[in-house]
Amino acid sequence: MKPFKKLSAIAAPLPMINVDTDVIIPKQFLRTIKRSGLGKSAFFDIRYNEDGSEKPDFVLNKPAYRNAEILITGANFGCGSSREHAPWALLDFGIRCVIAASYSDIFYSNCFKNGILPVILPQAQIDELMKEAEENPGAPIEVDLEKQVVTRGNKFSFPFEVDSFRKHCLVNGLDDIGLTLQKEAHISSFEKDTKSKRPWI
Amino acid sequence: MKPRTLFEKIWDDHVVHRTDDGTCVLYIDRHLVHEVTSPQAFEGLRMAGRKVRKPEATLAVADHNVPTYDRSLPIKEEESRIQIETLSKNCAEFGITLFDMKDKRQGIVHIIGPEQGFTQPGMTIVCGDSHTSTHGAFGALAFGIGTSEVEHVLATQTLIQKPAKTMRITVDGKLSPGVTAKDMILAIIGKIGTAGGTGYVIEYAGEAVRSLSMAGRMTMCNMSIEGGARAGMIAPDEVTFKYIKGRPMAPKNDNWDKAVEYWRSLNSDDGAKYDVEVALKAEEIPPLVTWGTTPEDIVPITGAVPSPADFTDPNKKKSVERMLEYMNLKPGTKMQDITIDKVFIGSCTNARIEDLREVAKIVEGKKIAGTVEAMIVPGSGLVKEQAETEGLDKIFIASGFDWREPGCSMCLGMNSDQLKPGERCASTSNRNFEGRQGRGGRTHLMSPAMAAAAAIKGKLTDVRDL
Repeated sequence: MKPFKKLSAIAAPLPMINVDTDVIIPKQFLRTIKRSGLGKSAFFDIRYNEDGSEKPDFVLNKPAYRNAEILITGANFGCGSSREHAPWALLDFGIRCVIAASYSDIFYSNCFKNGILPVILPQAQIDELMKEAEENPGAPIEVDLEKQVVTRGNKFSFPFEVDSFRKHCLVNGLDDIGLTLQKEAHISSFEKDTKSKRPWI
Repeated sequence: MKPRTLFEKIWDDHVVHRTDDGTCVLYIDRHLVHEVTSPQAFEGLRMAGRKVRKPEATLAVADHNVPTYDRSLPIKEEESRIQIETLSKNCAEFGITLFDMKDKRQGIVHIIGPEQGFTQPGMTIVCGDSHTSTHGAFGALAFGIGTSEVEHVLATQTLIQKPAKTMRITVDGKLSPGVTAKDMILAIIGKIGTAGGTGYVIEYAGEAVRSLSMAGRMTMCNMSIEGGARAGMIAPDEVTFKYIKGRPMAPKNDNWDKAVEYWRSLNSDDGAKYDVEVALKAEEIPPLVTWGTTPEDIVPITGAVPSPADFTDPNKKKSVERMLEYMNLKPGTKMQDITIDKVFIGSCTNARIEDLREVAKIVEGKKIAGTVEAMIVPGSGLVKEQAETEGLDKIFIASGFDWREPGCSMCLGMNSDQLKPGERCASTSNRNFEGRQGRGGRTHLMSPAMAAAAAIKGKLTDVRDL
């Protein structure tokens, strides 16, 4: 996993609430057995017309936002299905950071496993960021995970909270399976204990 | 010891290791695997040279992609076929039990787990699927995970987690005739909102919940995720034990007695504290349908399509405008004046034998409307077999329903069962998202009884009037 320390990038505004994982990556793209290549299908139904041409109004089709690496969006982003194809599609498109007031639990967790930082900020700050991204499309926003702050030059500086373990893994690009396997002795001992306490398991 | 909730008891019994910041390595008792969210996890194991730690704790089945037409025919869609074959290869390579398409135990992953007795109270159960919350109906801690976590469970039989907050939702009283577990959970989602349960594990309690069969309890817990909660649970009782006893993977002999003794301890203690308490009265819940594209957008069947002006939050207002346009609905239209094109009875929410019996009661001796195409997709091969033993298939076919092979089918439309653009569907599934059942398709969620009534009338219908 690619570490995430600090990012200075264009932010695309997607002012919709409850963007579900079916919208982020529709079902027909879940038939893949790979993690890669989903970027071109991200937001498929709201990004392309039926004939395959681009919808010019969709934010990621607009020239100013095509290279966006940050997505600013409405509350409850990533709700619905557990499909990790959603963060895979975002990452493959080039999105490394999402900023919203809230996320679904599973999507939120899936982001961290893939080197994407989901930042949570109060709605009032999201509204401000959204306005800024709409009015000054080319100007980058800075997201610093180590310092836990979102900034835009001298204009604003919004601190955010993040779980310390998740931050540690993301900043260092760590594979958490490897970390858990270091606790093998604990797992074995738990299993032995279960055999006597709950032998039917 | 301080009084604990059901969630806290199960959590405490599964902590393998806890660090100072509260992060836990949590032991996972049971793992369900399907074809869509697992290939990349197995590939990850292979790349890292890792094994499956405890293959007997995992059960695999193909359900999302399987065709619901004649199983003797080859699968038409190449990618679906590859994904299903990949699951078979992975299970063979890593020593995991698989119910393949020819096995009559095959079916929707959340239907077969309970059906086989694989799902039991007090367990931690996960699956790369958000509707894993279904298994919480047995008093298990069951939740959906992503593919990276599927890989983590395969490799370590654990997950890294922090405890969730707890919410108790109590539904007192008795449900009125024509009102079901589906209406109860839709009412709850309407009340707490689609993100109301985010960060929480919900425990359902109260007389109306306690009175439900296991099928009804599963319907409720299944849709916890539509209210944002990763897990929903109901304390186990005699109804639960009776359901499990004698199932193929249930505990036997001495182990059964030991298990039941342990299961009886899985009640929230008197005085246990929840972070949030919510209460509803069963008598106040009517048959409900959704009008929008999130499951919180509910309205009584006797009601009308709302207007953006009915909402105060500016973001919701904007979202309502978009939903009305997508759903092609005008504010003020009576729900019962909305005509439908398709009916889908199935999904992990409502494809159990009890659901099919409900439908049969309503459609027996009647024909579906000439303008409607309707399909019934049983939840598993065993549900199908049971329905056929009871002669339900004959009732359905005589009424004009398509009687299909088991799978997820048009709940998410990964196979060829899909809505066409603009088609409107009365569906017993769990999600009415834009494009969920097919690009441009319009979904109204409801109970099996209400979907059956809609099939007969060709429009959304109050089942109590039939």
